[in-house]
Amino acid sequence: MTESDSECKTAPAGGTVTIYLMGKAYQVPASLTIMRAMEETGYQFVRGAGCRGGFCGACATVFRTTDTYKLKVGLACQTVIQDGMYLAQLPFYPANKALYSLKDLKAAGELLVQLYPEVMRCISCNSCTKICPQDIKVMDYVNAAIRGDIAKCASLSFNCVACGLCATRCPAEISQHHVGMLARRLHGAYLLKRAPHTKQMVEDIAARKFDAELDALAKASTDDLKARYARREMEK
Amino acid sequence: MSYPEPMQPSIEKLNATRQFRMTQQIPLLPPDQKQTLLEGFHPDYKKGTMRELLLGPNKGDKTPHELANLFEAYTATDPARANLKCPEYDVDVLVIGGGGAGVSAALVAQASGANVLLVTKLRVADANTTMAQGGIQAADKPNDSPAIHYLDILGGGGYKNKPDLARALTRDAPAIIAWLEEMGVMFDKKPDGTMESIHGGGTSRKRMHACQDYTGLEIMRCLKDEMLNCKVPVVEFNAAVELLLEARNPGTPESSSPRCAGAVFLDLENNQLRVVRAKATILATGGCGRLHVQGFPTSNHYGATADGLVLAYRAGAKLAFIDTIQYHPTGVAFPTQIVGQLITEKVRAVGAQLTNLEGNRFIYELETRDCVASALIRECQERGLGVKTPTGDFGVWLDTPLIELLKGPGTIQKQLPAMYRQFINFGIDMTKEPILTYPTQHYQNGGVLIDDKGETTVKGLYVAGEAAGGIHGRNRLMGNSLLDILVFGRRAGVAASESARRSPKSAVELSLEHARKYNALAKELGFPKDRKAPILLPDYRPEPYKGHFTFFECG
Repeated sequence: MTESDSECKTAPAGGTVTIYLMGKAYQVPASLTIMRAMEETGYQFVRGAGCRGGFCGACATVFRTTDTYKLKVGLACQTVIQDGMYLAQLPFYPANKALYSLKDLKAAGELLVQLYPEVMRCISCNSCTKICPQDIKVMDYVNAAIRGDIAKCASLSFNCVACGLCATRCPAEISQHHVGMLARRLHGAYLLKRAPHTKQMVEDIAARKFDAELDALAKASTDDLKARYARREMEK
Repeated sequence: MSYPEPMQPSIEKLNATRQFRMTQQIPLLPPDQKQTLLEGFHPDYKKGTMRELLLGPNKGDKTPHELANLFEAYTATDPARANLKCPEYDVDVLVIGGGGAGVSAALVAQASGANVLLVTKLRVADANTTMAQGGIQAADKPNDSPAIHYLDILGGGGYKNKPDLARALTRDAPAIIAWLEEMGVMFDKKPDGTMESIHGGGTSRKRMHACQDYTGLEIMRCLKDEMLNCKVPVVEFNAAVELLLEARNPGTPESSSPRCAGAVFLDLENNQLRVVRAKATILATGGCGRLHVQGFPTSNHYGATADGLVLAYRAGAKLAFIDTIQYHPTGVAFPTQIVGQLITEKVRAVGAQLTNLEGNRFIYELETRDCVASALIRECQERGLGVKTPTGDFGVWLDTPLIELLKGPGTIQKQLPAMYRQFINFGIDMTKEPILTYPTQHYQNGGVLIDDKGETTVKGLYVAGEAAGGIHGRNRLMGNSLLDILVFGRRAGVAASESARRSPKSAVELSLEHARKYNALAKELGFPKDRKAPILLPDYRPEPYKGHFTFFECG
C-alpha cells in the first residue's frame, strides 16, 4: 500500500453513478462498462471475463434497475452501467449436455428430441428468450427442435455465445444452448452440401500434384520470390 | 445521429465524396514505398520501444520492453513449493491451453491413442480463436493452389517465413476445411456446396472461408463440443506457471538439454499448485495482447499475457521473430467503451473504404496489415487528418454504408451480424453511418520456434497456435491464424502422441532446476525484485488495489 497519497481523489469528469455488486454499493465513473466498473472497485476477474469482446459468453450479467421489477441481462464487457444498477454474475451453472458421436448420426429431425427429450416439456413461457443477451428467439428455436426442423433451429440459434443463462431460467430444465449446438453441427455436417472443390483439392494434394512447385518455391531466393510476388495476377 | 457534434462535419464530407470513391482505384504500393511507410510509421520501428535480451536462448535479440520484462524476471511462484515426488496427474500428452490449437491437438492426440489431459487458465474456448471473425484461408478453388497461397504468405511475411512451416500450412489447408465440414462447421456456401470466398489483405485469390463474421466462434464451439463428446479430460482455471524438465542423471554433461516432462499449474480459485507429469507437452497458450505494447489497446482475450513464451524460454526453447507485433489496422476507436475491439478485415473485403477527416481515401484497403496500420497512423499523426473523439483520441472512418450500396441492402446484417450488433448496442447503425477506427494490438507474429511437426528446440515440448513462431515471418495475413492453429494443433497432436508412444514406460524424475537457475541468474543480473513472470492476467484495477490481494499473495 502506498502511504503517500493523503489528498482526496477528485471526481471523474463525467460524474459517478451508484452500482451494487452482489448487494454492495460502489460509486464508479458513469461511462464505464459493467466489466470496467467492477475492476474500478478493486475486483479482479478470474471467472466472469473471457474474450472481453462480446463473443464468449463468460461475462453474462443479470441485473435490475430501479424503474421496474423486470430482470435484465447484458454482457458485462458490452453493457454500460446505469445509476442504481443492482447486479450479479453466475460463476457457473450445471447444464445438461448429451454426449454423441457426430459422425455416427444421421440428420434426422427426431435426433434433437432423442438426445434432448426434455425439449418436449417446453411450456412456451418465453423466459429463455427474455433472458438472452444476444436477442435470440430462443423459444422459437426450441420449438423448431421439437418439430425436428434442424435447419431452422440452426439458423435461429446461430448468434448464440453459450452464456447458458437460458438454461438457468427454464422451468422445463432444458439446456437450450446445447440443443442449438447439436442442431448447428447436424446442419453443417449433413444438411449443407460438402464443397466439391475442396474434396478435389484434397485429392490433388494427396496425389502430390503441387509438390514440385512448392519445392521450387521453398528453395527460391528472396529476390526470385519478390519478383514472382510482384508478377502475381490478382483475382478480381 | 449517434456521433457527437464535433465529429459530424467529417461525416458530411465522407457522404459527399462517396460517389467519387465508389469507382476510385488506388494501386498497391511498390515495395520500396511500402518499406518506407513501414519504417516511418509502423510501431515495430518506433525508437526506444525495444531492448536486447540479457539472458536465455535469444540473448541479444530485440523485443518490446513489455515482453522483455517477462523474460528478464523471476519466477512468479517459488519452485520449492511444488511437490515433484507426487504428481497429481500422469499422462502421455499434456495440452496447455484451450483455444483452437489446444483443442485440436487434444482431439488428434487422443484419437491417436494417447492418454491426454488438457489444462487451461480460464475456460476452454476463452481464447483469441473465439473472437476471430472474418475467415480462414485455404487454397481449395480451381483457380488457386497451395503454391499461390505460399507466395502470398511469403510476401506478407517479408520473405522471412520458415519455408517448411509455410509449406505445411498451405498443403494441409484444404484438408482442414474438409475436416471442419465433418465437424459440422456452418460455412457460408452456395446451395451446391461451393464455398463463398472473399479476399483478405495481401491475398491474390479469394480464398477466405467464413461463417458470417463469427468464423472463429463457430469453429471453436464445434471443436469444443467434439472434445467434450470424446471425453478428453479437461481442467479449467489452472494456469501453467512452470514447465517441468526431466531430472538430469549424474554424469550427464551440462550441455545435453533435458526433455520436457510436464508442467506445474496454479489453481486460480484455491491457490493450490498442481503437478502434471507428461511424456510429451504441447503449449497452446496464445498471444500477448494484454501486455498492451506501447500502450496500444488490444483485440485480444483476457488471458493473452505471453505465459507460454515465458515458460518455454525458461525451459531453454528458442524463440523467433519476437521483435514484431501485428497491429490490426481496424480496431474500434469510438465509442470509448469498446476501444480496441476488432473490426474484422472482412468489412474492407466486402467494400468499406477508409477515409480521413476530409472524406478522402489514403491507402488501398487490402494492402497487408502492417502497411494499412502504418498508413492509418501516418494519416492521424504526421498528416493531422485524423478524426478526434471526445476522449481526445484519433481515428479514421470506415465507410460502411458503402457496403450496402455496392453489394445491396441487407449485406451488412447478413455477412457482418456480429459487427452490426456490436455497434447498434451503442446506438450506431453501421448500415447508415460510418464507424471510427484506429490500429489495435492484435497478433504475435513470432513466438516459440517450431519445426513442421510442431516440436521446439526442447525435446518433448511442442507448441501450436499463436504461441508458435516462424510460420508467418514478420507479418501474418488475415485468415492464416485460424488456419495455422488447426494445422499445427493437429500436427503437434500427432507428433506428441507418437513421441509419447516411443518414450520409456517408467516414470521419469521431475526437476525445476532450470527455474532455480533462472532465478539465480536473474538475481545476478539485478532484475527488480517485484518483476515476476508469467503475469497470468492483466491488472486493470486502479490504485490502491492494483497489484494487491491477487492469487500470488499467499504463494
